[in-house]
Amino acid sequence: MTGITITGGRDAAAARPAEAPPLRPQNRQLIVLGVLLLVAIPLPLLLPSAQGAVAVRILIFAIMAIGWNTMSGFGGMFSFGHAAFFGLGAYTSAYLLVNHGVSPWIGMLAGMAVAALAAVVIGYFAFRYKLQGAYFALATFAFAEMLRLIVTTTEFTNKAVGFTVPLIDGSSLWKIQFPADSPAYFWVALALAGIAALISILFLHSRTGRYVTAIRDDELAAASLGAPVMRYKLITVALSAAITAVAGAFYTQYYLFVNPELAFGSSVSVQAIATVVIGGIGTIWGPVVGAVIVGSLSDVTATLLRTPPEFLGFLQGRSGLDVALYAILLIVIVRLLPKGIVGTLTAKLSARRRR
Amino acid sequence: MSDINNGGAAPAPATPEPSAARRRLAASGGTGALLRRAGVVGGLAVIAIAIALLKSGSGLVVWQSVVTGLLMGGLYGLIAMGLTLIFGVLDIVNFAHGALLAIAMFIAFGVVQGTGLHPYLTLLVAVPALFLIGAVVHRGLLSGTGGASLENQLLITLGLSLLLENGLLMFFGAEPKNIALPGDFQFSLFGAVVAGGRLYAFVGALLIGAVLFWLLRRTRFGTAIRAVAANGQGAELVGVNVRRVHTVTFGIGTACAGAAAVLAAPLVTVTPTLGEQFNITAFVVVVLGGMGNVAGALVGGLLIGLVEQLTTIYMDGQSSLLGVFAVFLVVLFLRPQGLFGRRA
Repeated sequence: MTGITITGGRDAAAARPAEAPPLRPQNRQLIVLGVLLLVAIPLPLLLPSAQGAVAVRILIFAIMAIGWNTMSGFGGMFSFGHAAFFGLGAYTSAYLLVNHGVSPWIGMLAGMAVAALAAVVIGYFAFRYKLQGAYFALATFAFAEMLRLIVTTTEFTNKAVGFTVPLIDGSSLWKIQFPADSPAYFWVALALAGIAALISILFLHSRTGRYVTAIRDDELAAASLGAPVMRYKLITVALSAAITAVAGAFYTQYYLFVNPELAFGSSVSVQAIATVVIGGIGTIWGPVVGAVIVGSLSDVTATLLRTPPEFLGFLQGRSGLDVALYAILLIVIVRLLPKGIVGTLTAKLSARRRR
Repeated sequence: MSDINNGGAAPAPATPEPSAARRRLAASGGTGALLRRAGVVGGLAVIAIAIALLKSGSGLVVWQSVVTGLLMGGLYGLIAMGLTLIFGVLDIVNFAHGALLAIAMFIAFGVVQGTGLHPYLTLLVAVPALFLIGAVVHRGLLSGTGGASLENQLLITLGLSLLLENGLLMFFGAEPKNIALPGDFQFSLFGAVVAGGRLYAFVGALLIGAVLFWLLRRTRFGTAIRAVAANGQGAELVGVNVRRVHTVTFGIGTACAGAAAVLAAPLVTVTPTLGEQFNITAFVVVVLGGMGNVAGALVGGLLIGLVEQLTTIYMDGQSSLLGVFAVFLVVLFLRPQGLFGRRA
């Protein structure tokens, strides 16, 4: 990913104090993250409220995409079933809140734990039996679909009806409930997305992260050098699932409603995949850029469908346009920019710098 | 599952390499090993039925499920044959297979509505149309991604599937459509009710499967397909136009889905997202039969049809797909090369 920094670090900087040491990639990425967050904070006060809702949706996409990217981008384990972890986060927090009145913050943590546990179990079996590529993707897909079917037919998850979050009077950060057009939703989502991005940056540059990218690039070589492949893969899978569960738990709070299809449906997995692939798989900023594109695209199409221009009149009230558009985007990007938008840009930039 | 593993020598099955899948396609069918495996599958099916009998206590209920399951399983087999052929020859996991099937159903629906033809006669339109669509999709979207990663091919077919499904949704709306079978009848088979449409679909699927098998084993072009599947470079060296074989194979694979769609159309309500469910089932069948194994797909189809029907007896009130997924995961983990696959 970033290469190994042999010089740099504190000692090297101390040795030649006269010139400022070049920023390490990790610090550069952290600074970019800080600037992005600072720029984003006043957004809900500036945007009209309809756009504010789009911005919150983009942040949910971003969290989900960062989660998927951790496992499938950095770890190279192509998941087709992230709906499982999104859904477990959404359902755990919804269940605890609706049936036991537990704060969604605690529910969110519980959801993260449940999702991470599920990921470790399915991951253990998949790695134990060496499922790779399409086989791994199909196994994760089957896992998510099984959860969807089980939730749909189980009494204590309210079958196909799902959960409706009870409304409270006024607003409360503890309950993550605010008036509908309050900027607070945006700020909570922004904080969560910021933490997710922070964790993904720290993870990528951590010892575990370096092992995981090494395993992705050549598992046999990494294993023969003594890397405990199974342990690092399981850590990655658990982290990925936990981040994705946060998106699910917040989703329930924001839309005040969740059902099996919204939480565990295959379209959730597809959304996570499409977002990252469009932005740039295996990059820090790919999920963020992808979320902005996919999120605003779905808003554009929604407006288009409400008030279509003359020649698109037949679309009035029809659904499917948004997904069709991002399907086209997906195909075009995979064919023309196989590294996604961010991946292609950084490749171009570094090629120019080298010249 | 240990009885399944008796056939081979190595204790731990490994995920097969693509080349192994190709070798299997070339070697599939006609061996004693195949018969033995079929016997094992038959044994598993008998055990499943016996448990269902114990659970329900009613022979008639189980018998009805067995008959319905096997009849449906023939169709699953046909759909999966197309999918497994594409995987075996091109190494492409075609996620758009179900969406293409849905397209074929809408073609059949349109032709029946427009011309009043008998539904089965729309085979003459849907099968060539799907062959063409498949060939165009391969040339336009997938050809040239040979060197690209598996994920990229998977993503392209996934994108295509989303595009086709939502295109159908945009143009035809979500309202379900029905295709009536003129002169449909029912009869009783040792107490189980069999609808004529189901029987026709089953027989049709077996016939088309047999034709495909004959095509692969006995014709010059079939030999070329098997040669490309076994060793693309070698085939190229002896003068086979590999790119054309790929395109035609993809076309044949989608044409199988087209044929299955027409046969299944009178049995289901046609919706734009209907392909999704068939797609899932077909993937399970493909893994069960061994990716790239055409004969295995047919047997796997019958078994999955059976499992799907019996699940509703095992697990009251649960979706029949749950049992299908459970079988899927067990087979993926314990025997990813499929019940009929050879070890890598």
